[in-house]
Amino acid sequence: MATIYSPQPQPTADRPEAEQGGSTEAGGDARVKAKRAVRERLALPAWLPWLGGRVLSGIATAVVISVLVFAATQALPSDPARVILGPDASEDSIHTLQRQLGLDQPIPLQYVRRAGRAALGEFGDSLDSSVPAGKIVADRFGNSAALMAVVLVLAVPLAFLGGVALAIRRDSRFDRWTMNAIILFKALPAFVLAIGLILLFSTTVFPILPAVSLLDPEISPLLQPIYLVLPALTLILIVAPFLLRLVRSAMIETLEAEYVAAARLRGIPEWRIIWTHAVPNALVPVIQGIALTSRLLLGGGLIVEVVFSYPGIGNALNSAIEMRDVPVIQAITLTMAVGVVGINLLADVATVLVTPKLRTSARPRLRAGTRAKLKLKAGGV
Amino acid sequence: MSSGLSNLRRDPQARLGLVLAGIVVLIALLGPRLAPQSPLALVGATYGLPGDGALLGYDYLGRDVWSRLLAGGRSVLWMSFAASAIALAAGAIIGISAGLSRRRVDHVVVWLTDVLLAFPDLILVLLVVSMLGRAPWLIVLTVSVSFVPGVIRLARGVTLGVASQEYIEAARLMGYPWWRVVLLEILPNIATPLLVHLGIMLTWAIGMLSGLSFLGYGVAPPAADWGLMINENRAGLMIQPWAVLAPVAMIACFALGSNLIAESVARAGARIPSRRGAKSRARTQMRGIKRREQEGRS
Repeated sequence: MATIYSPQPQPTADRPEAEQGGSTEAGGDARVKAKRAVRERLALPAWLPWLGGRVLSGIATAVVISVLVFAATQALPSDPARVILGPDASEDSIHTLQRQLGLDQPIPLQYVRRAGRAALGEFGDSLDSSVPAGKIVADRFGNSAALMAVVLVLAVPLAFLGGVALAIRRDSRFDRWTMNAIILFKALPAFVLAIGLILLFSTTVFPILPAVSLLDPEISPLLQPIYLVLPALTLILIVAPFLLRLVRSAMIETLEAEYVAAARLRGIPEWRIIWTHAVPNALVPVIQGIALTSRLLLGGGLIVEVVFSYPGIGNALNSAIEMRDVPVIQAITLTMAVGVVGINLLADVATVLVTPKLRTSARPRLRAGTRAKLKLKAGGV
Repeated sequence: MSSGLSNLRRDPQARLGLVLAGIVVLIALLGPRLAPQSPLALVGATYGLPGDGALLGYDYLGRDVWSRLLAGGRSVLWMSFAASAIALAAGAIIGISAGLSRRRVDHVVVWLTDVLLAFPDLILVLLVVSMLGRAPWLIVLTVSVSFVPGVIRLARGVTLGVASQEYIEAARLMGYPWWRVVLLEILPNIATPLLVHLGIMLTWAIGMLSGLSFLGYGVAPPAADWGLMINENRAGLMIQPWAVLAPVAMIACFALGSNLIAESVARAGARIPSRRGAKSRARTQMRGIKRREQEGRS
């Protein structure tokens, strides 16, 4: 480990010109030298320019998603003004309200105004309850975040240790049976799992857990664990098999690598090979896998929250969609999508930081397809 | 591929999957003809328990659960097949052209798929379906749109791998038109991973479509549909569990069966280009030496 992961001296000094010459052409030599001098004096890490580009790309992604959300909600057949006023309203009052809501303006202008306010956290009032949509999101977000935190805290170590253990005992009977059981959990849709658990633990066999999460809104959901058990268990059963397969295949690939064989030949004890040589190299797929599960958690979380009536962000989105409550829908979908973009960004940064080859290069080529490939490998999200 | 298919028949997991999915597909296809009652007729007591004439009892309006179960499989079946087939076709076309086109176009396509991949797919589908309505073709299209980025990525990746091979260059030098190169040289060589992905997408589509109709955005209410039946009868879980359990079992069987098949197809497909490490390479060599020794002895 020490040899691979010790902080390396910045190799920018002996990098060939070609590395950076591509972006700055005429007079690039002096500029490259100046840049290098600045970087050396400030001891800036080599991957910093990459980070800037990555953040910009993330912001651009968020903007495109906001356009998509706006387009999808604007294409709706019913007019928000009509939804608010009801079917009996006169055309005059509808026109007045349309003007007040800014619906008579050209669509690009509407988008710019909405996006500007959304960036400040103002999404307008909910059409259903006339509470600011941002407040609804903030209220419900805490509950969902608590649920997700419980799930991740339990599922990630479980999947990691399980995956490593299975990779070591590859093709044993234990491994084969676990992998078969995992296919079962992976195959079942989230709501089928949730209803199965309700049948098992709240109605027939062991009626010990509540089927409906009636959280007390005054207290943190973490202090009411009885209502968290079943939703969290369902989500863990969705997330953990996915992560476990990722860890297992990453570990198997690493254990087959030549440097592991070399370590074995040098007589290094097997536990040291596994924990200090193999596990750190199996980390990258796991980091990207955790980012992938954020999508899984949001989609599966919505269904789980609906099944258990858990007062989270997914449940709020479901009822907002039923009511066609456009501001709330926009607020929640944008929050979720920006959250996913942010998590992907964090995962990419973490990947670069734990991989010495990427960390020390001025242009880390984090293959754009890494995540998509992992998704395919683990059988999808 | 043909050797993969014959392996499939020998794989016990694939056989179990074929049996499970086959039963569900048969029920879904033939069920509507076999149903003893009309799936929409009110024939019994609300949440009536199984008894004479009603194999699985009655649902929350007093309709026969067994008849509704037999009638309710077609939608999820054709919709999941259609959604994954459309996604495969569209994604393959875009992905192959991206893989063969100039770098800038390729970058734009990859970045756009990145954007779409950042959007949780169920939420994308929910958003569109709730805004534009629940017409079946619209649901199918939206679900396939949510699958397309993955297919594009896959098709682009394998095309890039194939396009740099010598035989493609040879075909180009011989002056074949581009469509001939794509259809006769590239497509056959990337077909296996794409077909494996079709199976995986099918399993996602089953989960997503049944989830959609469970949430109430799929098939419109009076019709019989498994996901919808689960949602409708959820309140009576304590009184009449069969009305929920039966459709849950059907969806679970279908999802599990198709997953088992897709898994074993994927494994069979992965076996061909698998990169083996030093250890298993050594093992294979050892096996060869042993075999030769045995042959020499006998």
